[in-house]
Amino acid sequence: MSNRPPTFVECRHVSFRRDDRVIFKGINLSIKKGQITAILGPSGTGKTTLLRLLCGQLHPTSGEVLIDGVDIGELNRAELFELRQRLSLLFQSGALFTDMTVFENVAFPLREHTRLPEYMIKDLVLLRLESVGLRGAADLMPAQLSGGMARRVALARSLALDPELVLYDEPFTGQDPISMGVLVNLIRQVHEDLDLTSVLVSHDVDEALSIAHQVYILAEGKIIGSGTPEELRHSEDPLVKQFLFGKAHGPVPFHYPAPTLKQQVLGHD
Amino acid sequence: MISFVASVGASLLQVCQVIGRSGVFFVRILGWGSGFKAPVLRVIKQVHQIGVLSLPIIVVAGVFVGMVLALQGYYILSSYGSQEAIGQMVALSLLREFGPVVSALLFVGRAGSALTAEIGLMKTTEQLSAMEIMGVDPLKRIFSPRLWAGVISLPLLAILFSLLGVYGGAFVAVDVLGVYEGSYWANMQNSVLFYDDVIKGIIKALVFALVCTWIALFHGWNAKPTSEGVARATTATVVQGSLAVLGLDFILTAVMLGGF
Repeated sequence: MSNRPPTFVECRHVSFRRDDRVIFKGINLSIKKGQITAILGPSGTGKTTLLRLLCGQLHPTSGEVLIDGVDIGELNRAELFELRQRLSLLFQSGALFTDMTVFENVAFPLREHTRLPEYMIKDLVLLRLESVGLRGAADLMPAQLSGGMARRVALARSLALDPELVLYDEPFTGQDPISMGVLVNLIRQVHEDLDLTSVLVSHDVDEALSIAHQVYILAEGKIIGSGTPEELRHSEDPLVKQFLFGKAHGPVPFHYPAPTLKQQVLGHD
Repeated sequence: MISFVASVGASLLQVCQVIGRSGVFFVRILGWGSGFKAPVLRVIKQVHQIGVLSLPIIVVAGVFVGMVLALQGYYILSSYGSQEAIGQMVALSLLREFGPVVSALLFVGRAGSALTAEIGLMKTTEQLSAMEIMGVDPLKRIFSPRLWAGVISLPLLAILFSLLGVYGGAFVAVDVLGVYEGSYWANMQNSVLFYDDVIKGIIKALVFALVCTWIALFHGWNAKPTSEGVARATTATVVQGSLAVLGLDFILTAVMLGGF
């Protein structure tokens, strides 16, 4: 391509260990500005951990994470908080503040980081809620929302400050088909409307492949495949195939490591 | 043998680590956040949560402790024929000990446990993380107002406790047991010193407030993000908070009475 979009987020040889468990061993990824990048992988491979590394909540054991060319490991607390205003993370649970109404939740980042007058905050919040279809729910408390609605409110909240980068943590998990479709469309739509860079980690292969421009597949602490959705669908790599097509047996074992069944049940080989 | 020594060492190190972490935590939540009006409003909201909602238990406990003190005191003092000194006894016990200590114990059970559970759940549901990622420091936004609210509330609750205790004592001594009302109040007035009894009691309450709220907030912040973790943290708050109050009470009394 002649005009490749510039890299916005880059991981260089990122390794991460939690206690004695190695979670990542030398991951390289680059996330292009203006694209939707999906990071796929089986549960328990540390996809959420990767997002936390990207927004500086965790620090890699070795290697570096660069956002817009800045190594976030070098930033102090104040600089990190400033950088975070340019990105937002949509939690799997939504993480809405349970003691505030939907309106106050979406208004929260605006009130914290801007000095806008109240009438403008009101308009901005209602517009954001309108864009996720929940203007009517402004006065509800988070406990009164369904899972899908909570996630949409969380999306509205994370977009309140016009971030450049939005990270989605398992946006499709546990949704019924209708709200799944709604979310897929919403993510695509806000991505285009707001000119975002989006990263989503997921194990819902079909939904993720349907909206992503670029895909990384993560397993056993390494990137085992990357490319456009089309390239990956035709990949011959057994691990990639097992994951994309959901086969129980393959390089990723179905059985948790154990002595043989015969040995455990009968007490001898 | 070696492994025993090693395990003792390891647990000591762990204790040191927790003390260090909680110390750093304490310094970081002392901050106030930017601006004036918004933080003040947050503190007021928390004073309502922590202080005002603790009023019923403090009021009831204060009256009853005062009444029991008068009953017990009457039977002991009357055997020396000095039941007229009962007002003095009730007021001094309340102002110096029962007011600060019992209100602090109730405060740990009522407000401290609620703080730990609330913050532990915020952590479990990732609300604290979400705030951090929005570039808002939860230590300043969530923790500081609660610390200050605790420091404001408990001394006031302790004063109220003692005050109501004195009236509860008066009810039992004067109205039930027939002690002469004039001597109940006059003896009290003559013997209670503003600085030595009232102020020192308030100082105790202030220290208890700081320590109890700190313990409660730290356990919430440090809780494992599971339902079991929050349950453990809440228990730890109540146990450690109560023990801290009783231990500090001894130290403060010793220091302020000048016995050491």
